[in-house]
Amino acid sequence: MARIELKGIRKSFDATEVLGGVDLTIENGEFLSLVGPSGCGKSTLLRVIAGLEPQSAGEVTIDGSVVDGIRPSARNLAMVFQSYALYPHLSAFDNMAVPLRMRRLSTIERLPLLGTILPSRRREERTIRADIEKIAAQLEISHLLQRKPAQLSGGQRQRVAVGRAMVRQPVAFLFDEPLSNLDAKLRVHMRAELAELHRSLRSTFIYVTHDQAEAMTMSSRLAVMIAGELVQVGRPAEIYDNPRDARVAEFVGSPKINMMPGRIRDDGRIEVFGHVLRLTSSQPSGNCRIGIRPERIELGGGPFSGAVVHVENMGAEAFVHLGLNGADARLVARVNDVRRLPDIGSHLSFNFAADAVRAFNSAGKRIDVTAEQAERIRERAIV
Amino acid sequence: MTALTKISIWSMIRHVLLIAGAIVMLLPFVWMISTASKPPSEVFSSELHLIPRHFALWENLQMAFAKANLWRFLLNGVIVTVSIFVLQVLVALPAAYALAKLRFIGRNALFALVLFGILIPPQATAIPVFLLLHRLGVLDGYAALVLPFTISVFGIFLMRQFFRNVPDDLIDAARMDGISEFGIVWRVMLPAAIPAVTAFGIFSVVAHWNDYFWPLIVLNSEHLRTPPLAVAHFRNAEAGTNYGALMAAAMVIIAPLLVAFLLAQRRFVEGIALTGIK
Amino acid sequence: MSDNAATIGGLAVPISIPKRAAQRRNPLLLTPYGLVAPALTLMLMMLLGPLAGVIALSFTDYQLGAPSLSWIGLANYHEMFGDRVFWTALRNTLVYVGIVVPGAVSAGLAIALLIQSGTSLRSLYRTIYFLPVMATLIAMAVVWEFMLHPQFGLVNGVLREFGIAGPSWLQDRSTALYALCAIGIWQAAGFNMVLFLAGLVSIPKQLYEAAEIDGASSAWARFRLVTWPLLRPVTTFVVVISGIRSFQVFDTVHVLTKGGPSKSTEVLIHSMYTEGFEFFRSGYGAALTVVFLGFILLLTLIKSRLADRGAQYA
Ligand SMILES: Nc1ncnc2c1ncn2[C@@H]1O[C@H](COP(=O)(O)OP(=O)(O)OP(=O)(O)O)[C@@H](O)[C@H]1O
Ligand SMILES: [Mg+2]
Repeated sequence: MARIELKGIRKSFDATEVLGGVDLTIENGEFLSLVGPSGCGKSTLLRVIAGLEPQSAGEVTIDGSVVDGIRPSARNLAMVFQSYALYPHLSAFDNMAVPLRMRRLSTIERLPLLGTILPSRRREERTIRADIEKIAAQLEISHLLQRKPAQLSGGQRQRVAVGRAMVRQPVAFLFDEPLSNLDAKLRVHMRAELAELHRSLRSTFIYVTHDQAEAMTMSSRLAVMIAGELVQVGRPAEIYDNPRDARVAEFVGSPKINMMPGRIRDDGRIEVFGHVLRLTSSQPSGNCRIGIRPERIELGGGPFSGAVVHVENMGAEAFVHLGLNGADARLVARVNDVRRLPDIGSHLSFNFAADAVRAFNSAGKRIDVTAEQAERIRERAIV
Repeated sequence: MTALTKISIWSMIRHVLLIAGAIVMLLPFVWMISTASKPPSEVFSSELHLIPRHFALWENLQMAFAKANLWRFLLNGVIVTVSIFVLQVLVALPAAYALAKLRFIGRNALFALVLFGILIPPQATAIPVFLLLHRLGVLDGYAALVLPFTISVFGIFLMRQFFRNVPDDLIDAARMDGISEFGIVWRVMLPAAIPAVTAFGIFSVVAHWNDYFWPLIVLNSEHLRTPPLAVAHFRNAEAGTNYGALMAAAMVIIAPLLVAFLLAQRRFVEGIALTGIK
Repeated sequence: MSDNAATIGGLAVPISIPKRAAQRRNPLLLTPYGLVAPALTLMLMMLLGPLAGVIALSFTDYQLGAPSLSWIGLANYHEMFGDRVFWTALRNTLVYVGIVVPGAVSAGLAIALLIQSGTSLRSLYRTIYFLPVMATLIAMAVVWEFMLHPQFGLVNGVLREFGIAGPSWLQDRSTALYALCAIGIWQAAGFNMVLFLAGLVSIPKQLYEAAEIDGASSAWARFRLVTWPLLRPVTTFVVVISGIRSFQVFDTVHVLTKGGPSKSTEVLIHSMYTEGFEFFRSGYGAALTVVFLGFILLLTLIKSRLADRGAQYA
């Protein structure tokens, strides 16, 4: 329920710059995932938004008002932490009550002994209890409210943490890798739950993760951050399909995109492993890199060949690792039919479609390529 | 010789040696209780016997309480040690939190001062602190007993080390929930640090309950005496004439701590072992 | 601010931007100073200021209650170095440290090793040996005084059983200091034991198993191969700590002998106490304190050097 705007956010710790000018607008009700490799500054950006860390330069705006210098709690955002950050000495109920008590009770009413006998405190406590029980029912943790965090499982703690964020009806939720402490199965389950929660709350979610699968499946938009800069922002499918930067291409997608050394010839055509592709670029000649997703490699025919060095059978699909003849590059191809897998050591030839090729210049920037004959785009890429 | 008999012989030797040592350690306590239970005629007898023929503990205790206001002295001890501990915590915890978790200019310098402060033995500052209290006009009062110890640099150091292990996320969560920095110290850090605060509390209470040097310097009035001072004065007044009552008084003075120790041994050993780090 | 934002019934809470936002830029900036201010003030007032004060005082002729003071340079130190009592006190302190430290450290180590070498009655023994540490030293000193009573005391009574005429320990100038040393060892051994026990517990069990496999079959061989080397950092640590603590000896001296007979138990802190708080010669007392402080800092310096080296071990 809030639109959050970031303008030129910079952040340095002592001499090292962690955020190098981030501009981003998160629309009302949007689920934006912030992804990037470890240490790229995701948490730092989230903490700047939350007000936990003052930015060195730039501006954070929530619903049109600049919030710089405003206390975290006054920004009315909620945050869910990787370690859940539940108060270990308080029960689940009291954990969820903390933000409500802090804002609804006066200092006197919060006093340990004296406060509890005030009638106004009793009244407030009743509404607080009602609010918490409503949320607890929604999260299916009603039966856990009297337990201490130590008596809860990881997933249950996670729910209590989300509950603590929800009770105070924040204008936006900030999540910092909330699922990374859960085991794989529970993670997939909680993923679906959080997406569901977002749909029902229709609140703004900013979700930090370095798990790109999480980001791809849950979010309406993805912001890829690398080394303190937002390299690309867009819908997950668009980022997957149309990465603007080699680092984005490599970060998004699992297994990783295959990157192969290539060359733009003087005539503009692109050459890979000695084969000239039916693709031209308007860029000046020189070295470039060619990226092809594993599912776009077609095994069993074609001008390229390699030896099978490793096969990963995932059950529903398999990944074949190829060592390329005459080059030390490795390449991964997806095989959908796991019943017919090549033997290790056997030689395979492969090919790929022209529209599977993503080319990047030596600085890692995406370069546009055009297929030579538009009507033959589905044909093999090779001349 | 089989391994088994070797082991049991060694275990015998171990117990013999340890029991011999334990007797030496316990002898003063036994002698104290024994003397406190003897009537004067048996105390002043060259003949050795531990078990009194006429059991006079009650008389000696009565005499001790009659000659000296022991209840008052014990109460003084409680007042002084508790006030010192409470004030130490009030002063040290916020500082330890700031040193452990907040970034501010001068933090490292302040921490260096704390580390340096730990090195200073209490006797070293006695004369100037005495002069300061004299100037403030608070000598010979509870303030003089308590004020110099309200700052425990060691407590700051200890709590700071403990607080560093409290996850940052927890503090950030508290900030998001609207708890002020000062509130975080009491609502988040203190509950998390209860074991460390307990250990420090034992350390502090034992040290100040047993302290003799400082009360000796700043006190004059009889009604303010702390337990050790009371024993010393009792001894000066009664030694040579009334050992039974003196030993009874000594028993009364050491009893509170010893009983507490026997009830919570592990905690006490932990607390006292802190002196080692100091 | 947040109180205004609260709504009844859990309806959406609109974000409330305080009007005074501009004045409250970065509230985190000043709070740390607020949090450390009481500690810092008290530290300067009760610790660092007095420390500087004691050094400064040692160069003055200040006497408590005197209307003025004047700088007299090193005169206090000259007087001190020319004073027989000072040298006696220093020698006695060093003798006390020289006896109590080895005594209490080796006793503590022996007790800890004995306790740890078996499994039965461990905590009982630990409790017994720790009792003297917990007991108020002044009270126990009074008990010791009576135990050492020449006529009715336990010690001489036992000696009499063996036909030995015991001395009047605390009144005899040839034995008084050693009697105080014995009390010091009795009191400190249990404390050292605890430190050694902690050190022993932290030695990994596998090392003993490895030593046994490597052929160290006797307990002594395992002690030499594993225990002693791994305990060495702890030992040096305990030695220095005991040194610092026994340098501060005062309670037993003050209550039992007052430095006598004929200065045979006069120690540094006791001299400082008499000069500073009985004769109120603050300047001279301060000079004595500075000497004491010098020794303590020297020991502490050694400790931190050892601690650094100990860290390399771990
Ligand atoms: N308080 C701090 N002081 C100094 N440097 C810091 C501080 N906090 C973070 N950094 C540095 O800033 C960089 C970004 O940290 P950040 O926590 O934002 O990374 P991240 O993207 O969240 O990584 P991860 O995925 O591992 O959580 C890191 O290099 C980190 O070392
Ligand atoms: Mg992070």
